[in-house]
Amino acid sequence: MHKKVTLLASNSKPVYDSANNRVSAISELKELGKYRYLLGQLIRRDILTRYKRSALGVAWTMLNPLGTMLILTFVFSNFFKSALPNYPVYILSGLLVWNFFSQGTNAAISGLVWGGTLLKRIYIPSSVFGVSAIGTALVNLVLSLVPLVIVILVTGAPFFASMAFLPVSILLITAFTLGFGLFISSLAVFFPDVAEMYQVLLTAWMYLTPIIYPESLIPEKWLPLYKINPMYWMVKMFRLPIFEGRLPTWQEFLPALAWAIGMLVIGWVYFTSKTEEYAYRV
Amino acid sequence: MFEGKEVDYQPPVAQPIIQLTDVSVSYRLPSERIGTFKEYAIRKLQRKIKINKFWALTDINLHVNRGEVFGLIGNNGAGKSTMLKVISKVLKPTKGRVVVYGKIAPLLELGAGFHPELSGRENVFLNGALLGYSRSEMESVFDEIVEFSELEQFINAPVRTYSSGMFARLGFAVATAHVPEILILDEILSVGDEAFQRKCNLRMKNFQQSGTTVLMVSHALDMLEKMCNRVAWIDKGTIRKMGEPHEAISAYREVNL
Repeated sequence: MHKKVTLLASNSKPVYDSANNRVSAISELKELGKYRYLLGQLIRRDILTRYKRSALGVAWTMLNPLGTMLILTFVFSNFFKSALPNYPVYILSGLLVWNFFSQGTNAAISGLVWGGTLLKRIYIPSSVFGVSAIGTALVNLVLSLVPLVIVILVTGAPFFASMAFLPVSILLITAFTLGFGLFISSLAVFFPDVAEMYQVLLTAWMYLTPIIYPESLIPEKWLPLYKINPMYWMVKMFRLPIFEGRLPTWQEFLPALAWAIGMLVIGWVYFTSKTEEYAYRV
Repeated sequence: MFEGKEVDYQPPVAQPIIQLTDVSVSYRLPSERIGTFKEYAIRKLQRKIKINKFWALTDINLHVNRGEVFGLIGNNGAGKSTMLKVISKVLKPTKGRVVVYGKIAPLLELGAGFHPELSGRENVFLNGALLGYSRSEMESVFDEIVEFSELEQFINAPVRTYSSGMFARLGFAVATAHVPEILILDEILSVGDEAFQRKCNLRMKNFQQSGTTVLMVSHALDMLEKMCNRVAWIDKGTIRKMGEPHEAISAYREVNL
C-alpha cells in the first residue's frame, strides 16, 4: 500500500508515523488513558458550568428530578395507586435511570459536535468527548441519589439490604449508556438529522419503558416485545433493589449484563473505526 | 520559564524532524454531503454516491530539519493549513506518509476551547488539558502563564468578562508555556498591543534558541523573510517553490502582486 520510504533519520524512533498509526479500538483506549487529565477537566467543566449562573447551582441536579417526580406523582398517583403502594419511590427510581441515559447520550452527541471544532485544529482522541459526557451524567446520577434517599425517608418506605447491589446496577447502566452514546454520536456526525430524530426517538422510547407506569399494566401478549428493549432491563436492575427490596434473579440479570457488555463493545468498536474521518466530517 | 529545563541547542544541520513523502490529501466537496438517511438510502439504491474528491494536497515531498524555522506561504485555499493538519496528526493523509520525530505543540487558535463561564484560572487548566498536558505540567507553569499574560488581577474572573485582547493573551500564554519540540503556528502571531507583540516575538526567539522547530503559516511575508530559514510556496496543493526565504517569497510576489 505504502511506498517504501528511506527514512532519513532512521536512528531515532518517530513520535508519529502515519503509515503505522491506524486508530484501533485498542490504540484509542491507550490514547484516552494519556488524556485522562483532559477527561477530568471536561467533566469538571460540564458540572461547574451547567448551573453556573443560577442561584442554587449544582443543587439543581437534585432538585430537577425531584420536581419532575412531584409533578408526575401529582398527576398519576391516583391511576396507579392500587398497583403501586409507594408511587413516588417507584417513579423516582425509574426516572433517575432514564435521565442518566437520555442526558448522557445527548451530551455525547453535542460533545462530539462541539469537540469537532477542536478536532479540526489539534489532535485530541475523539472518544474523550463521549466518555466525559457519560462521566458527567454519572456524577449527576450519584448526586441525585440524595433526593432518592430523602423521598424514601419522607414517604416512610423501607430501606433494604438489597440496595448494596446498586453499584453493580449503575455499572451496567453506565456501560450500556456509554456504548450507545458513542454509537449515536458517531452516527450524528455523518447524518446531522440524527440529533433531531433522536429527540423524538427518546420520547417514544421513554413511554415504551415502564418508568411512569407499573409493569403490571403491560398486556401479557406485549410483554415479550417489551423485553427486547434494553432499557427495560436497565431500569429493572436499578429499581428492583430499591423498590422491591430484592436482588435480580439470574434471568433478570443476564439480559442486562449481555446488553451492557454488547452495547459497550459495539459502540466502542464502531466509534473508533470512524475516528479518522471525524476531522474531515464534523 | 526556561530554568531547569534547558534544551540542548542543536544547530540546524540536516537532521529531519518532519518528513512528508508523496503526501496527498483529498476532501469531499461540501455539496456532496448527505444529510439524511432517506437521501442516503435513495442514493445508495441508485448507486449515486459519487465520491467527488477535491485534492487539497498532491504529492507533497518535503522535510523540515530539527531546529529549523520553516515558513509556508500561498494564497487562501492553497493547502497550507491542510499541510499543518496532516503534520500535526489531525488529518490522516489520503496517500503517502508523514513521519514526525518529535512532540508537536499546536498553537490552538487562541482561546478556542475556553469556556466563557469559567474563570481564567480554570480555563488555563482546561486549555492545557486540551493541548495534552497533565495536571502537574500545568501546575508548574501556572504562575508564569498568569504573569506573562498580565492578568494577575483578573485570573479569578470568568473569561466572558475579558476583552478580546485579554482572551488572546491568555490563550497565547497557555499554548506557549512549555518549550515545545515542534511548534505549529497558523497565522496567529498578531496578538494584543505592540508591547505584548514584542513579548511574543521574544518568546519565539527563545524557543528557536532552545532548538524548537517552528512551522508557520503566514501572509506577513516580511516577517517570514526575517524569521525563517526556509520557505515553501504552496500553490493549488503542490509545492511551487521551496528554498531560501527570499527566493520563494519573491517568486510568490512576482506572480501575485
